[in-house]
Amino acid sequence: MNKKFFKKLFEKLIEGVLTLSGGITSLAVILIVVFLFKEGFGLFSRSTLQDDMVLAVNKSNPLSKIKAANVMGIFDQNITNWKQIGGKKDSIIIVRLEDLPTYFTEAQLGKNFENINPCISRLTDSLSGVILFVPKKYVTKGFNGKILPEENISFVEFFMGKKWFPTAVPNSQFGILPLILGTLWVSFGAILIALPLGLAVAIYLAEIADSRVRRALKPLIELLSGIPSVIYGFFGLVVLVPLIQSVFKLPVGETALAGSIILGIMALPTIITIAEDAMRTTPRAMKEASLALGATRWQTIYRIVIPYSISGITAAAILGIGRAIGETMAVLMVTGNAGVMPHTFLQPVRTIPATIAAELGESPQGGIHYQALFVLGCVLFVMTLLINLGVEYVSSKRKN
Amino acid sequence: MTIHLEKKIERKKRRSEQFAFGLFRALSLFVVGILFVILGFIVMKGFSSLSWGFITQWPSDNMTKGGIFPAILGTCYLIIGSVIFSFPIGVFAAIYMNEYAKKGPLVRFIRMMTNNLAGIPSIVFGLFGISLFVNTLKFGDSLLAGSLTLGLLTLPVIIRTTEEALKAVDNSFRHGSYALGATKLQTIRRVVLPISYPNIITGLILSIGRVSGETAPILFIVAYFTTKLPTSIYDQVMALPYHLYVLATSGTDIEKQRPIAYGTALVLIMMVLIINLSANALRRYFSNKVKMN
Repeated sequence: MNKKFFKKLFEKLIEGVLTLSGGITSLAVILIVVFLFKEGFGLFSRSTLQDDMVLAVNKSNPLSKIKAANVMGIFDQNITNWKQIGGKKDSIIIVRLEDLPTYFTEAQLGKNFENINPCISRLTDSLSGVILFVPKKYVTKGFNGKILPEENISFVEFFMGKKWFPTAVPNSQFGILPLILGTLWVSFGAILIALPLGLAVAIYLAEIADSRVRRALKPLIELLSGIPSVIYGFFGLVVLVPLIQSVFKLPVGETALAGSIILGIMALPTIITIAEDAMRTTPRAMKEASLALGATRWQTIYRIVIPYSISGITAAAILGIGRAIGETMAVLMVTGNAGVMPHTFLQPVRTIPATIAAELGESPQGGIHYQALFVLGCVLFVMTLLINLGVEYVSSKRKN
Repeated sequence: MTIHLEKKIERKKRRSEQFAFGLFRALSLFVVGILFVILGFIVMKGFSSLSWGFITQWPSDNMTKGGIFPAILGTCYLIIGSVIFSFPIGVFAAIYMNEYAKKGPLVRFIRMMTNNLAGIPSIVFGLFGISLFVNTLKFGDSLLAGSLTLGLLTLPVIIRTTEEALKAVDNSFRHGSYALGATKLQTIRRVVLPISYPNIITGLILSIGRVSGETAPILFIVAYFTTKLPTSIYDQVMALPYHLYVLATSGTDIEKQRPIAYGTALVLIMMVLIINLSANALRRYFSNKVKMN
């Protein structure tokens, strides 16, 4: 009686453990979402100005806030008049800490810069078009000017900004458009290479090759998917990059093209396996009916087999893109990582995963750069999630 | 006249078929050729660096001389650590989904989540690992944090292969066991698992192959260089794929590092290939055995 009870209890206990394990993947996905957003969320409630630094203007300046991009524009001297950014007509005078000796003598500033606060205050008061970029501690009490706060980073700026300079002075620029476009360019380039090639191999394996050849080829193609991405990257770096450089006579061989070729090779096994599986589900009766009507095997393939398995082929293509978008190491090693808007395949580009991989190690934890990289991770996560849902949708349609 | 025309069309059809088939055959050979070019290149370049000392010595002279022993050892530790975590949980999850859960929206949801987890880019796992294991749970840049991150990455592989293995067990085995009065747990332990374990082990080996080559998830956790072997799970380790990345892209003298990089690539590729080939061989061996019975 007692023994039976314990046995039952034991069974229930094990069942509980198994049930809990069953939920592990769901829990993992949820945790990943929670932690990525937790780390990245703060980005949109702070400004990009360097820590402990402050921007100040003359009291008469009508601006009350300034956009991050405009700060960059002013300090790059692309914006030279306050009118350009909605102020009154007055040319902008930039004063950094290192510019102070041109306005004051050493004696005025003091031996150990002990008079720097009043000097800064006086300077701000006397120049109507001044913009001052100095450490916070120098503009404390009795400051005769106006501190110009920077606007928080907005979603639009973040997603549509064309500049990614996370460590620029005076403020960082977090525009991820070039990174998104870089990722998409490289991935679509990869799929342009991998899809025709992969489909050809899938057709050959599914319909043309006899079973002996097929049995020999399939494991080899699976091996291709087992090679670590860092090996692909290394191979690309030492073989493909110099090759592209000499063929196209470029200053550097690290280009979007190199990334696309390597990613294309890496996406091949996925595309081949899924497309071949889809083609093999074509009912034999349909193929035989086609052959009986006098069609050749080739006609049967492109009139019957391919239309029948088109959703599987689509799923293969989408999954291939998904693989390419998320790939990190190989891309990091061969694309050159220049964060500029891509124009041709023969220039360096920078993808989202490569950006995270290259920069997270250097960004201090909790800092604005760190947060921006986590938001990039969220963007990448959402992109691949959409792709996965797309695949699920396409393959659920096939079953019906 | 019509016969002549028909013949002409027929010939045209044949010719386009021959052309298409020839093209596909050539492209297939080309793809396999890529594999052999990559493998051949690494083997040719790396072979001369390979020696007993290379795999048993420490890097020296700023990584321009010496071996890669700590990186190999670190990767082995990471494999063991991640498997200890992911294998039991993955197998349990698969048993739950295939044997206990009622077919319905819940199982579909879990399966969808598993697929989603499998589709998440490895660099995102890296971010997650940093955020949860390194910062929140305060494991630091340690073997433990790296193992857990990699274990999470391989969970979907283990769950999927185990599920396939369990599904392949014919229901008549289960019914027979129940008929003899066995409980559900007894049936799973004594009947289902023994039949399906070769395929489960195959899945395990495949996931080991994956772990040994992954770089991105542990990019921020593993060490650039350590001076001593790890003595606890809170120590930092080196890893073979990351070491290759470091040798290939950074360091004091990239040209002098090249031979060592080739050698490292060769060791890594051999490791992964041996693991994958043994999984294949195991699968084939057991499927033949099942057929014979």
